[in-house]
Amino acid sequence: MSRAIRFAPFVLLGLLLLALAWRLATPKDDVIRSRLAGQPVPEFVLPAAVPAKPPLASADLAAGEPRLLNIFASWCLPCIAEAPVLDELKRRGVKIDGIAIRDRPRDIAAFLARHGDPFERIGADYDSRVQLALGSAGVPESFVVDGKGVIRHQHVGVIDRGDIPAILAELEKAR
Amino acid sequence: MIAETGLAALWLAAALSLLQILLALGDGRRWFDAARAVRGVAVVHGFLCLLAFVALLLLFARTDLSVQLVAANSHSAKPMIYKLSGTWGNHEGSMLLWVAVLGLSGTVLALFSRRLGERAMTAALGAQGALALGFHAFLLLASNPFARLDPAPIEGRGLNPLLQDPGLAFHPPTLYLGYVGLSVAFSLAVGALLIGQVDRAMAKAMRPWVLLAWLFLTLGITAGSYWAYYELGWGGWWFWDPVENASLMPWLAATALLHSINVLAARGGLRAWTMMLAMVAFSMSMVGTFLVRSGILTSVHAFAVDPQRGTFILVLLAIYVGAAFLLFAMRTAALKEGPPFELVSRESGLVANNLLLSVILGIVFIGTLYPLFAEAVSGEKLSVGPPYFNSVAGPVALLLASLIAIGPLLSWRRETRPFGRKLVIPLLFAITALVVLLFAAPEVGWLPKLGIAVAAGLAPASLIPLLGRNPLRAPLATWGMAIAHFGVAVAIVGMAAESGFTRETLAAARPGDRVEVGPWLVEFREVYPAVGPNWTAIEAEFRASRGSGAVTLKPQTRYFTDPQTETNEAAIKTVLAGQLYTVIGPPDGEGRWQLRLWWKPLVTLIWFGGGLIALGGLLALLGRTLRGWRPRFRNSRERYA
Repeated sequence: MSRAIRFAPFVLLGLLLLALAWRLATPKDDVIRSRLAGQPVPEFVLPAAVPAKPPLASADLAAGEPRLLNIFASWCLPCIAEAPVLDELKRRGVKIDGIAIRDRPRDIAAFLARHGDPFERIGADYDSRVQLALGSAGVPESFVVDGKGVIRHQHVGVIDRGDIPAILAELEKAR
Repeated sequence: MIAETGLAALWLAAALSLLQILLALGDGRRWFDAARAVRGVAVVHGFLCLLAFVALLLLFARTDLSVQLVAANSHSAKPMIYKLSGTWGNHEGSMLLWVAVLGLSGTVLALFSRRLGERAMTAALGAQGALALGFHAFLLLASNPFARLDPAPIEGRGLNPLLQDPGLAFHPPTLYLGYVGLSVAFSLAVGALLIGQVDRAMAKAMRPWVLLAWLFLTLGITAGSYWAYYELGWGGWWFWDPVENASLMPWLAATALLHSINVLAARGGLRAWTMMLAMVAFSMSMVGTFLVRSGILTSVHAFAVDPQRGTFILVLLAIYVGAAFLLFAMRTAALKEGPPFELVSRESGLVANNLLLSVILGIVFIGTLYPLFAEAVSGEKLSVGPPYFNSVAGPVALLLASLIAIGPLLSWRRETRPFGRKLVIPLLFAITALVVLLFAAPEVGWLPKLGIAVAAGLAPASLIPLLGRNPLRAPLATWGMAIAHFGVAVAIVGMAAESGFTRETLAAARPGDRVEVGPWLVEFREVYPAVGPNWTAIEAEFRASRGSGAVTLKPQTRYFTDPQTETNEAAIKTVLAGQLYTVIGPPDGEGRWQLRLWWKPLVTLIWFGGGLIALGGLLALLGRTLRGWRPRFRNSRERYA
């Protein structure tokens, strides 16, 4: 056996240990960010989620003014916690559109009646296709979209009261 | 007091393991008998380790809440069996169990292994002492199981309810017995390389340990798979999850070692390779422990994770495996080559087995660690899932399974007899199965089809080594091999049938509704609350029938209070042809419940095959250890005849 082969296991082990040590030393980052930040919203046309609200298409997000795009569902418990915060944002003049994920019109209407309705338009994404295209990791999730339809910021998870200033600042930046 | 006794025993054991190393290093001096001293120390060391573990067991049995570990992992309301299994259902306790088994295996090695020369034994026990010292340091410095809690809490914080299951109570200790058995093989290999004696005697001394380790790993993996199947309620039996892979990798290495060591024991060949495998097998069990305990890979298994502990295990891994590999690099040049063998021979069959097993090991290893390397190099986050493992490792495994049919029929060194004729019947079986499947079930994927065909050929082929002589006279080890290989065929049929013929129905149903799944008609009768010792549950009642007669199934969603957790208890009806697997999901608020129903034909064969493989290992182990005694009986009989 040649010398090189005999030392190969030792060298391979060294490489493995280096990689593992690097992983231990780097703190884990569980947040998954969309690669679409800085990119235009992927094109989509969604049907209306409830008869009383206009439907949502990607063109509606490029209407000249920054908007908040909120991904939610009536079956999502954290979304209930998020609802009053979205109402608060609406009171402060933020334009909010919603995408309801894998949901039924009746359930969405009940959700809006019960927990408040901050949305201007709501699209129904029955099979999560638009959600996946947006690179969203779960529900709820929100995107700040500027007036030209470009995604400026992604907020994974619930927007709580503490996040309001940051969201407002992002919307201001997108102006 | 019990806790302090345990702690004292642990410190003493640590001191003795250091002594074991020093004595082994002093071997060869004329003025003292290192061999005897080292054996004695190893025996006492083992008993001290056991004492420490028994102390912890007692503390859990009494639910002594003034001990931090008990308070954090137990609860006075828990059934006794789960109080006891709570001892090793946590990090500190499981490491103590590991050390206890390691110490005891040193005791057994010192007391009973007579095949090995004194020098080899001393060196191996020295290496074993070095292993033990590292884990003692880990326990005493970084994870003391006996730490007190002052003031003691009124009630403990429970045990993960998923772990309150008889299957799981014994799953980790079984795997640990496997890991530790591999540590003895590692110590023997290191000792043999240190004194430069890699020979057949060493291989014969190592073989029972490898068999033992492999037997427990097989049992542990089989039981763990069945546990995940019925407890997680996902309907799958293997998820290629990092923690599962962590137990599979040592098994693959041990399987390769088990076969290559036969070449070394019988023919004196494959010396360097076998030593390398012995080291790799134990390294894999340490890498596995590291992956599980450090939490650097995302897994469905939620263990209490602590990066500091991960660092400690990583340092131990670097020291032990680094030193062993360095030793290997420096010493293998001096190893003599074994006797030559021809292309068609038992040896080359076993070499092919080793190559294929190594390839599978490499595939699993790369797949498990790839997300880590990808992120290190490109910052990209990704995960590797079943599509990779199944489609890459599956064909190699089938190739290996076909080789199993041929290998045992070859003779050592050179095959002179024509053996092709023996394979005619198995080949006919395989082809018939394939043709039947092609016509009867064209929609099934090619991997399950080929799997069933290969298994149909392997099943009869695996029994051929028992024929041609009186089967009752065949050595136990041959029986073991035949049964284990037959078990592989059985397990493959189960896996292939599960992946090819499973029928799944997801439905939202009201009580009174009927749902079809495969040949079954399942009536959803009612839902009602149920109560257990430390949980409440929603229980559903199903009546399932296939034509005549009906069976009742009662799946539950359980809510545990302490800590608050929700689990799905699947209700499973096993019939000869397979299993009906039912799960009750959450309600939708309008009187409907989410039902998940599976019909899984022949799925039980997976674990039945696993059991057969383990049984084969047991027979081989008995055969190998008993054969050592047989000549003695014969001698004594001759003497008195």
